Amino acid sequence: MSVDLATVKRVARLARIAVSEEEAQRMTGELNGILGFVEQLSEVDVTGVEPMTSVTPMAMKKRVDAVTDGNKADDIVANAPNSERNFFLVPKVVE
Amino acid sequence: MTDLTRLTIAEARSKLTAKEITAVELTQAYLGAIDAANGALNAYVAVTPEKALAMAKASDERIAGGKAGTLEGIPLGIKDLFCTEGVHTQAASHILDGFKPQYESTVTQNLWNDGAVMLGKLNMDEFAMGSSNESSYYGPVKNPWRATGSTMDLVPGGSSGGSAAAVAAFLCAGATATDTGGSIRQPAAFTGTVGIKPTYGRCSRWGIVAFASSLDQAGPIARDVRDAAIMLKSMASVDAKDTTSVDLPVPDYEKSLGQSLKGMKIGIPKEYRVDGMPGEIETLWQQGIAWLKDAGAEIVDISLPHTKYALPAYYIVAPAEASSNLARYDGVRYGLRVDGKDIADMYEKTRAAGFGTEVKRRIMIGTYVLSAGYYDAYYLQAQKVRTLIKRDFEQAFHAGVDAILTPATPSSAFGIADAELAADPVKMYLNDIFTVTVNMAGLPGLSVPAGLDAKGLPLGLQLIGKPFEEETLFKTAHVIEQAAGRFAPARWW
Repeated sequence: MSVDLATVKRVARLARIAVSEEEAQRMTGELNGILGFVEQLSEVDVTGVEPMTSVTPMAMKKRVDAVTDGNKADDIVANAPNSERNFFLVPKVVE
Repeated sequence: MTDLTRLTIAEARSKLTAKEITAVELTQAYLGAIDAANGALNAYVAVTPEKALAMAKASDERIAGGKAGTLEGIPLGIKDLFCTEGVHTQAASHILDGFKPQYESTVTQNLWNDGAVMLGKLNMDEFAMGSSNESSYYGPVKNPWRATGSTMDLVPGGSSGGSAAAVAAFLCAGATATDTGGSIRQPAAFTGTVGIKPTYGRCSRWGIVAFASSLDQAGPIARDVRDAAIMLKSMASVDAKDTTSVDLPVPDYEKSLGQSLKGMKIGIPKEYRVDGMPGEIETLWQQGIAWLKDAGAEIVDISLPHTKYALPAYYIVAPAEASSNLARYDGVRYGLRVDGKDIADMYEKTRAAGFGTEVKRRIMIGTYVLSAGYYDAYYLQAQKVRTLIKRDFEQAFHAGVDAILTPATPSSAFGIADAELAADPVKMYLNDIFTVTVNMAGLPGLSVPAGLDAKGLPLGLQLIGKPFEEETLFKTAHVIEQAAGRFAPARWW
């Protein structure tokens, strides 16, 4: 499988990365190089093989359903580029 | 006075315990060395002298009070991927500009609890994506090693290039690192240092900036096998904050050093003999086999038939996981923000300005292989191949093999801004051909220096073990180290 320029622009949109025409052109070639490289996986016979979901066979740990953390609003917004009264500020979302 | 930075962790530990030196003296020696060398090597992206001296002073007080921990007063460098409270943590990316975590990663907290001293944060490939440390926003790290008679700058490997270079150049006693596809073992091999990626689940991933969560593991880079064993014992733990942290006690790895290899079976996988591999790598491998045989181990030929599919499967699984993990960098909660005409425009501009070329490339691949219509053909297929890669190893271990010996890398360190590698991302990816299988299967892998090539550059051998049998790797690597000796670069910086 290979990607064309329109697909690269669509994927960039999905990934929320602005790309210039020139970058999209360059990425098309690079992505096709990588996709060509991974293409060899299709020759592996995987009949009856389960996909790996966990490298170590273990049951997911569960903790007691109790509040163990919190009241850290100041810490949470401490690194925000723009915040006010412990809210994150973003450009207007709703018209 | 002797240069304190030349002491290994074990040597410094004895001198500190015997009160021949103080932690403050040792820390000052390292801070001086960093000051003199970092301009040339670019190994540190942030140095924290006040914090280091305050921690060293506290260590001296604990030593005086008889309350020394296992790493008391030992100055360490920390890869920029580990969250350190109030200190520069940016995964060497522009998108995390100014980020100072409000919390400490479990691994670094374990080190501080044992008395270690933080010197600063180490350079790396951006978000740990790379094999040469050239994708860092802070520029490349220079390998302290140069070919004999050459002044050409070489890469230290990656992604933990700053960690490996700092350890090799005596700018810290040991360093933390992380390994998703070879990022501890390949730079260790390129710099003549020892690096171990423990079994997946041995070190907590809590507070480590995530790249590919099913592959990421923390481990140490150190000057010798003993130091790596000392550091891993402190870094490893059982942590409720990481659901993939495994409930097994942490052994005293140092105790396994010096144990006999008699009766051990070492597997030699034929699939690791790849086309175009320099003859020197093959010679080194045969030398390693001979050393282990001399030490009483039995050598057996094995086959790991799906080896060649590990790298292509990795370049689906790792970018897929990265594309979701890196979705959080949106200019809202931390780091860089570039304003836009609406929120989507702000996201796109922020991510375009904040991520470097290699990171964007991997996010794009990951987004593509997970997008509607392609998931089964790529991601699902890769995860099935991953099952087969792991099965190969399980069958070898089931047949009685205790550990596997391979070369660590297909070459010694290459030049910074190598034109051929820069032009073809896949060529660069091939650097991880011997290391990536281990991440795909979640196994422990250790890289130990085993010799120099004709250019005078270090080469490493890799040992791969059964899950949670890091002790086997330490005792086997110790035998190789005893036979090969240790390697330090000639100072040019």
